[in-house]
This record gives sequence, C-alpha cells and structure tokens, in this order.
Amino acid sequence: MNAFSWRRLWAVLAKEFIQMRRDRLTFAMMVGIPIVQLCLFGFAINTDPKHLPTAVVVAEADEHVRRLLSAMEESDYFRIIAAPASVEQGQALLSAGEVLFLVRVPPDFGRELVRGARPALLVEVDATDPVASGNAVAALSNLLDQSLATDLDGPLVGLAARPGPVELRIQRRYNPEGITQFNIVPGLMGVVLTMTLIMMTGLAIARERERGTMENLLAMPVRPLEIMVGKLVPYILVAYVQVTVILAVSRFVFDVPVIGSVLLLLGCVLVFVIANLSVGLLFSTLARNQMQAMQMTFFFFLPSILLSGFMFPFRGMPGWAQAIGELLPLTHFLRIVRGILLKAHGLADVWPNVWPLLLFTLVVIALGAKRFRRTLD
Amino acid sequence: MSVPVIAVQGLCKSFGSQRVVDGLDLTVERGRIYGFLGPNGSGKTTSIRMLCGLLTPDAGSGTCLGFDVLTESAAIKRRVGYMTQRFSWWEDLSIEENLRFAARMHDLREPRRVVDQTLERLGLSSRRRQLAGTLSGGWKQRLALAACLMHQPELLLLDEPTAGVDPKARRDFWSEIHALAREGLTVLVSTHYMDEAERCHRLAYIAYGKLLAEGTPAEILQTVGLSTWIIEAAPASAAAELKDRPGVEQVVPFGLRLHVSGADAETLAASVSAYAEHHGVVAARAESSLEDAFIALMRGRGSP
Ligand SMILES: Nc1ncnc2c1ncn2[C@@H]1O[C@H](COP(=O)(O)OP(=O)(O)OP(=O)(O)O)[C@@H](O)[C@H]1O
Ligand SMILES: [Mg+2]
Repeated sequence: MNAFSWRRLWAVLAKEFIQMRRDRLTFAMMVGIPIVQLCLFGFAINTDPKHLPTAVVVAEADEHVRRLLSAMEESDYFRIIAAPASVEQGQALLSAGEVLFLVRVPPDFGRELVRGARPALLVEVDATDPVASGNAVAALSNLLDQSLATDLDGPLVGLAARPGPVELRIQRRYNPEGITQFNIVPGLMGVVLTMTLIMMTGLAIARERERGTMENLLAMPVRPLEIMVGKLVPYILVAYVQVTVILAVSRFVFDVPVIGSVLLLLGCVLVFVIANLSVGLLFSTLARNQMQAMQMTFFFFLPSILLSGFMFPFRGMPGWAQAIGELLPLTHFLRIVRGILLKAHGLADVWPNVWPLLLFTLVVIALGAKRFRRTLD
Repeated sequence: MSVPVIAVQGLCKSFGSQRVVDGLDLTVERGRIYGFLGPNGSGKTTSIRMLCGLLTPDAGSGTCLGFDVLTESAAIKRRVGYMTQRFSWWEDLSIEENLRFAARMHDLREPRRVVDQTLERLGLSSRRRQLAGTLSGGWKQRLALAACLMHQPELLLLDEPTAGVDPKARRDFWSEIHALAREGLTVLVSTHYMDEAERCHRLAYIAYGKLLAEGTPAEILQTVGLSTWIIEAAPASAAAELKDRPGVEQVVPFGLRLHVSGADAETLAASVSAYAEHHGVVAARAESSLEDAFIALMRGRGSP
C-alpha cells in the first residue's frame, strides 16, 4: 500500500546532502580528523622511540670508552646531548627530564676491561615511561657485547664473553625494521571510521529530534527504511573520502607498503562502514538528544580502541578482554587491513574476519529496526 | 457525507504517571472548522498528535478520514496536513528546498510546478533561496501552513497556526481557511485567540485532558450559563470591592469598563446593582464573551 518509494528516498538523500554541505564545520571535521590523527599517530606517537637524550659521565676517556659511546649513537636509540663533569650534575639532568639516560663510565673502565675484570657500566634510566626506555635498554646490552668484543682481539680474545649455548636470532617479519607506523597507520583507518561514522549517524537523527523536525518528518508519509537509507548513504561516501585520504597519506607520507589488493580492501571497507553506521543508527534510536548520542559514541569507542589490538597487542590481553575484543567490529577490521596491506591477504585469508562483521551488522540492524520509533512516544 | 472526518472515542494518553489526555471524544463533520481550545498544558497538542498517528493512544479508538487511528496511520498521514506548534521545517534548507522536500515526500506528480505555485501564492518567489531559519517568526508560520497544504489534504490539523502572526496576515489566513472549508476541507485548529474561536463552526474546550464543553460558540455560552454586567467609568477601587461580593466570580477590567460575571444571575444582579447605586455609577447587563465563559469553565474545574 505504502510501498518503498525511490523518489522519497531520493528526496531524503538530497536533503541530507544539502544539509551536509551547509554544515561546513562538520564536513571539515570529517576530512580533518583523519589527517590530524594520522599526523599525531604517525609522527608524534611512537612506541619504539629513538634518539633519546642521554648524558654521559666519563671519569677517564680512552679509546674503549670512545668506541662504546660512538656505538651507542650509531644504534640510533641514544643521542648524547651532555657530558656533565660530575655524577650529581648528571642526576640533576635526569631528574629534570632533560635526559632519559645517565651513563656512568667508572675510572679504570678500559684497563679493567682489558684485564678481563668485567668492569661495571652503570646506566641510570628514567623509567617513568617503560615503553620509552624498554627497547633502548635492550639495545644497549646487545651493543655492549658487540662493540667491545672488537677491542678484545689478538692476545685478549679469550676474554671476550663466551657466547651462550644457543644463539638467539630475532627475526621481525612483515615489518622487518619494526616501524610502528606500519602497524598504526593502517589501524588508524579503522579507528577514524569507527569514531566519525558512529558519531555522525548518531547525531544525524538525534539532531532532527532535538530541533523538532522529527515531528514533521514522521508526520509525512515516509517509510522508516527510506529515512534510514537516506541518512546512511551520504556517510558511506564520506567514509570513502576518509579512506582515500588515509590510504594516500599512508602510502606517500609514511611509505606504508600496500602489497595486497586495494580493491579487496575497499570492498571490506564497505562491510565495516555499514557495520559502524548501523551502530550509529541504533544509538540514534536510543538517544533523545545530540549530547546523549555523543556519550554513547564514546562509550562504544573506548573499548574499541583499547581492546581491538589497536593500542595494545591483542594476544597479550587476558582472555576476557580478548573475548570482548572479538565482539567489536574494529578488531576484525584491523586484522583485515593489516592483512591486506602488509601481508597481501586475499579474500580467503580475510574471510574469517569478514563474516563476523556481517553477522554483527545483521544483529545491530535488527535491533535498530526494532527500536526505530515511527511515533514520538 | 454521513461518516464524520474525525470520530474518536475515549482517547487516553499518559506520560509517566501524568494523565495528559483523559477520555477524549471528538466528532468533526466534513467541511467544518473545528476550534480546539484549552489552557496551556491541557493536552491539545497531544490530542492532535494522536489523531495523525504521531503518538499511540493508551486507550480509546476511532477513525480519522475513515481510517483507524491505531492501525492505519500511514494512510492517514497521506491525506492529512499537520502544522506543528513549534516550527518544524529545516532551518538550514532554503524555503524552496523545504517545499520541494515536502512535495517529493508526498509523491506529487509535478513537484516543481506545485512548489512554484506555492511560492507565488505566498509572495515568496523572490526569496526562495533564503534559508528558512532566517525568516521572521510570522513568515515561518506562513511557510509552514503553505507547505502542509501542498498535497491538497482532506483534513488540516493546525496547532496554533497564527501564534505571532500580524492581524492582516491572520485575517488572510482565516479567509483562506474558510474558502478551503467551503470546498470540503475539514480543519481542526487549536488556538488561544478568542476572535479566532468565534470564527469556528464548532468548538471543543479541554482542560487537564478532559473535554469540558463542546458545541457552537452560542451553545457553549449557553451551557456555561454565565451572566455578565458591565460597569462604566468604574473607580479604581471597584475591582477589589466587587470581588468578594456574593455571586461575583470574575471581575475583569477593560480600560475604564469593568466586566463582572457569575453563574448565579440573580445574586450577581443584586450585588452589582447595590454597588452601582452606592457609588453612583452606571451598570448594565451585557452578553458574556467566550473568554468569560472559558475562564468560568476553568475555575469550575479547580486545579488538578
Ligand atoms: N513527550 C512528552 N513527555 C512528557 N510529558 C509530555 C510530553 N508531551 C507533552 N507532555 C505533557 O503533557 C501535557 C500536555 O501537553 P500538550 O503539549 O498537549 O499541551 P497543550 O494543550 O498543547 O499546551 P499549549 O497550549 O501550551 O500548547 C503537558 O503537561 C506536558 O508537559
Ligand atoms: Mg500545544
């Protein structure tokens, strides 16, 4: 009787596009958010920081010490910015946060090394942020063995530390240099889409309710499906603009390799986008105003960002956290994106993460359709 | 037509524990202009929303244009023009875009022509690209009315359509409503203006969700049975002095005149004549106004 009408759908679409165009600030945000986040995570935030400021207190400089120091700088982890005369001065720098490491080379270091007396090299570390210093400390013990081993040749060769029974060789795969951006930048695509899409759709309907235009819309002979589809389609386009921006910046600014199929990626993006839009729609049926829609978005966003494997390694989380993570679309999307971009995954490889997204969408849309009020009750 | 356009019985609606509409019966014949009156918060807007399917009644039944108000709201929405009390068109769309949206929503055959005609009739052709949000209050009302007439509805539900509209535009509006009613359009209009109430064919007066009086303006005056006296050139102290006399229920100053009314005609006559004689002023019997009648109705009910 009152069948689905393409003309009405088109009318809703046209209205949404006009409103989106007039709302310049929101539109700028939608393109701006991915760029800002990319810059923040790509340039500013680094879980494997290098060139950390270091102070060195050397009691007696000789060739061994000089070799040690230059090896430290060559490792890229340390940047020696000060050589205070006393330990107290060095500790003051450490306390002020101007340096993260204070390396103290005791007197007789070189001589005891040659004698094989295992001299102590004391390194004081500002461990307030363990992430910042962890890798550098690990690198330091490695580099001590290597750089000083060359000093102990000829008649001294017997003094070189005996290698352990097993030689440990760490091989970093997919990201051989362990560049964090390769992991984070593709992940950001999922994070940005989750945040902006859920928020935008949540707001789009809550706004109608808040401004009183919902009463007018519901008094018209329009079907809920026409309203929902009409409101969602514009955001699918927005999502693709965001994805394009992120992919371009990843490729050309951060040199993230794109070795998988971009087409497959864009297809998976559609599945993920619809999953998020349906969450936004569900929230908008629950929210009475825009403020509530925002709050619900953040309620969903927080676990998404913390438990999806974006912030912390997924397999390092306790079982219950992993179980929650498996329910979130972002978790699966991160695996898909990283799989396609870094591991050249094909459809068969990503499918185990695509069907959970489809299932999630189905459930959420069913809930949303049930909650969607045709009335003002 | 024998079937009334609106025929509902026992409509009830509560928000939380508050009963907002309580057993409303309403019958409106085709081609009538039906006034819907009542104090603020009496449930007028809520009743209108139930009629067009925007709110689901808790109890009651009935039909609107022959369709069941509970189950056939889709069919009702296509044949009804509803003008909301609060401006509910999109302020970030232009006048033309709003009208075009409404035209497409109703699947009109020639949306462009209808929109152009409507703009022409409103005299807004030159301002068609102006954003609706930048219109003055009165013009917003006029735009809203024009928009809900575009699809040629059989029933108009108007919720305080002339609030904030200037007298000339209000008169034009009522002339148009009467012209449309002559062609068979039925109108249910809520208002707080007494001059508008007098221009309706029939009235319903509700307070605290209950229907208190129903009928033509003359019938309502008769049911309330109020008698009114006018005292000319009354001294300033007159209102205070008259208020507590037996039979006096309302004392309302109109400039230098004082309208004194009460339900008990004889006691009132005695009180007023005594006062007039004592102060040497002229008092005369007058017809009660609708306003006096409604205020009397409200006082009779007391607070909920
Ligand atoms: N959605 C709602 N939730 C809770 N209470 C509501 C809601 N809508 C209306 N009410 C309450 O119902 C009562 C009647 O409201 P309604 O808007 O129907 O009155 P009205 O007669 O239109 O008043 P006015 O002349 O001021 O427009 C009011 O007390 C109002 O607070
Ligand atoms: Mg009202």
